[in-house]
Amino acid sequence: MTALLRIEAATVRFGDRAALDGVDLDVTAHETVCVLGPSGSGKSTLLRAVAGLQPLDAGRVLLDGADQAGTPPHRRGVGLMFQDHQLFPQRDVGGNVAFGPRMHKMPRERRDPRVAELLDLVGLPGAAHRAVSTLSGGEQQRVALARALAPEPRLLMLDEPLGQLDRSLRERLVVELRQLFGRLGTTVLAVTHDQGEAFALADRVVVMRGGTIAQSGTPLAVWQHPASEFVARFLGFDTIADGVVSGGVAVTAWGKLPVPDGTPEGPARVLVRPPGVLLGPADEGLPCEVRARTFRGGRVALVLGVTGAERAPALEAESTLRDAPAEGDRVGVTFDPGEVVVLDR
Amino acid sequence: MDVDRPVVPAGPEGPEGPEGRDGSDGSAPAPASVRGRGGRGRATGVRLALMALPLAFFAVFFAYPVGAIVARGLHQGGRWRFGAVGDVLGDPSIRHVLWFTCWQAAASTALTLAVGLPGAYVFARLEFPGKRLLRAVVTVPFVLPTVVAGSAFLALLGRGGFTDSLLGFRLDTSVWAILVAHVFFNYAVVVRTVGGLWAQLDPRQEEAARMLGAGRLAAWRRVTLPALAPSVAAAALMVFLFTFTSFGVIQILGGPTRSTLEVEIYRQTAELLDLPTAAVLTLLQFVAVAVILGVHAWTVRRRESALRLVDAARTAHRPRGGERALLAGVLAVVALLILLPLGVLVARSFDGPNGYGLAFYRALASTDGSGDGGTFLVSPLETVWNSLRYAAVATVIALAVGALAAAALARRAGRVMRGFDALLMLPLGTSAVTVGFGFLITLDKPPLDLRDSWLLVPLAQALVGVPFVVRVMLPVLRAVDARLREAAAVLGASPLRAWREVELPMVARAVGIAAGFAFAVSLGEFGATVFIARPDSPTLPVAVARLLGRAGEMNYGQAMALSTILMVVCAASLLILETAWQRRPDGRRTTVPTGEF
Repeated sequence: MTALLRIEAATVRFGDRAALDGVDLDVTAHETVCVLGPSGSGKSTLLRAVAGLQPLDAGRVLLDGADQAGTPPHRRGVGLMFQDHQLFPQRDVGGNVAFGPRMHKMPRERRDPRVAELLDLVGLPGAAHRAVSTLSGGEQQRVALARALAPEPRLLMLDEPLGQLDRSLRERLVVELRQLFGRLGTTVLAVTHDQGEAFALADRVVVMRGGTIAQSGTPLAVWQHPASEFVARFLGFDTIADGVVSGGVAVTAWGKLPVPDGTPEGPARVLVRPPGVLLGPADEGLPCEVRARTFRGGRVALVLGVTGAERAPALEAESTLRDAPAEGDRVGVTFDPGEVVVLDR
Repeated sequence: MDVDRPVVPAGPEGPEGPEGRDGSDGSAPAPASVRGRGGRGRATGVRLALMALPLAFFAVFFAYPVGAIVARGLHQGGRWRFGAVGDVLGDPSIRHVLWFTCWQAAASTALTLAVGLPGAYVFARLEFPGKRLLRAVVTVPFVLPTVVAGSAFLALLGRGGFTDSLLGFRLDTSVWAILVAHVFFNYAVVVRTVGGLWAQLDPRQEEAARMLGAGRLAAWRRVTLPALAPSVAAAALMVFLFTFTSFGVIQILGGPTRSTLEVEIYRQTAELLDLPTAAVLTLLQFVAVAVILGVHAWTVRRRESALRLVDAARTAHRPRGGERALLAGVLAVVALLILLPLGVLVARSFDGPNGYGLAFYRALASTDGSGDGGTFLVSPLETVWNSLRYAAVATVIALAVGALAAAALARRAGRVMRGFDALLMLPLGTSAVTVGFGFLITLDKPPLDLRDSWLLVPLAQALVGVPFVVRVMLPVLRAVDARLREAAAVLGASPLRAWREVELPMVARAVGIAAGFAFAVSLGEFGATVFIARPDSPTLPVAVARLLGRAGEMNYGQAMALSTILMVVCAASLLILETAWQRRPDGRRTTVPTGEF
């Protein structure tokens, strides 16, 4: 299958700093790809480059196989939903949604039903005559989505689609969005700094770092096997230590950890995901002391220090509320081989 | 499109900025040197195209006439006589003029700031009934013809005037009359320029300082004042510029001994026909004005530095405690300084020979000049129609030229563009007399033979209107988020369509205000018009000046009546055009800022 969007060695420089540094990315039709990365990793620049709002210093953007160099934004047939929505303040909700169809010369008698249909779709039926300034953040987001969908773009791009919303609304909308895109068969390229959002929304996750792609894969693959320490830390995994792999185990400051078969021998960085840190009686396994515990509602996150080895990196563990030890308690730690990952250096 | 975004220096967070706060991720800065391929050349082309008409306009109708008249003064007998510069500057009476010009401008500026700054606070931060109307009223003097203001103060402070008959003192022979009239004129400059920013300063900045242990005064001095300082400086420089080049007020209130450069240029040109001296003085004023404008451009640039601005509607509150006294004081000043002179002018216009009535207004309709001063070619009342026609055409020209210039300036500026910006302001400070006389000697031969064309007057008036159009439009154009245009583009709108659909509706109100200013300023233009208006179709201010120049109560009363008409027309045009766009179709007020000077 040919890619709907193909980005080849895209490079954008601001001064001597490259916001995009030779990025290659394909997006297949009907696929939802989420670009994940911290501030300044170049993910929004990527969207702007595809939209034609940011000229490339090198590389190419192809849509349906056609090079887009020289094609102005309004002729690319892609949609972009801005992070802060950028609704037109002087138009009402209907006027905003109808803007794209109007630009594409859709006759009025088809336009009006289309606007109503889209407002239904995003859960704002009958809101066409409301002023945009009377909308809440979540409603603005829905109008922005309806507006972006209205001209039926071949590729819909979302810049931090749920960035400004509060948590509960975000969690609900992310599910709605996924269902909606699945139903419409929309091809989506979204960027976010929120891993939860990316994992919930995407068929494929692309992690960016400093203008380059650090890892690409299904949410599950990226979660299970972060390619590098950067990706691991960005996903929130901080239990990482130096180790030396030899004969099926890695020797670390936490002792010997089992590693998957076939791991290359030699020095490595070793990650243990929190579910892999198993707590037991103080006299079994690695002796540790509970340094901090954080209530997470139903579960408790623990930070453990290795007793007698102050320099060893802290371990992060999880526990049910009922079984959670108190701060200062001594526990013994064993490791689940399935949660140990040897990272590329 | 990529070049329209403001250049933000890359901070520690990198050019993408903090995400989630303002979405600046997308509007990453593109320093001029490294903008992407293609975009840069195209944008420069657009900018040049936008600048072409304003530049041509200024070259033909400003640089050429002014240059020609200066050349005529200094190029005599086949060679240049720059020695005239030394001769003129050595003349003690000219040195006296220079000294008076400078010190009265400095004194007027200081006085205007002292009176205007409390007003700026009150209009910016306090909520009181009638505020919007009053804000419009204090703007009226600024667009009033100087001739009218001069007459108003003559009626207030002069012989047989309000204070003379009521309190037994006259000020028309003292310099105070000039200073007070200058404050009257420029009060609005301070209130609008400083107050406009003050209203949008985030009060939480001051609150943050308070929470960190600063007292009320210390917080104001250390947080608010530094933020305001550039706008105070800009306002002060504008007031200095206007008073430095003051003409009508000095003509009427200055008497024989007090003369500014501008008045002296008029005297040398029109009365003594001493073109070399006039040329030197014109150059001198040119240099002084260029310096003032240079400093002004610099402060404006500083004013645009990053300030936390919020919607003005959120910062105003009802007066509490000592603020009530402040409000009362400011209202008293407005009443005494602005309403009283205007009121006295109106009252005098009705105070006819046979008691209060419309005698002077009736006399305006006849051409016999009321016996003691010869006759007019046209009745004074007809000049109202002349003025309206001229001003309407001048407004159209000023809007076209000014809007194009503002659009070019809003699209990112370098040093060249700042020079362009200052160039547009120059006519404000250049002797109108020079411009008028320059028109006469340059635009009288093919291919530009406008000698007998009525177009000459609106062209000269538009020259003064353009700076106002640019000043009003520029901040608004700059405030339109470039990403709104981008949003329109990705929805399929071509650049032209995006401008029409998105940008134009947002700046419509500013266009209205700019038109109001241009119209009012054109109506009141006197210095240039007096030279080039044909005797059979004088404008209203010219007729007022002619009436004032004649003896007799009837002429004086007619001058007051005509001035009243001019004042009402000016104020009404400003108010109508300013309020016509005040409300959006949905009934809520726009938050797009209106421009200040």
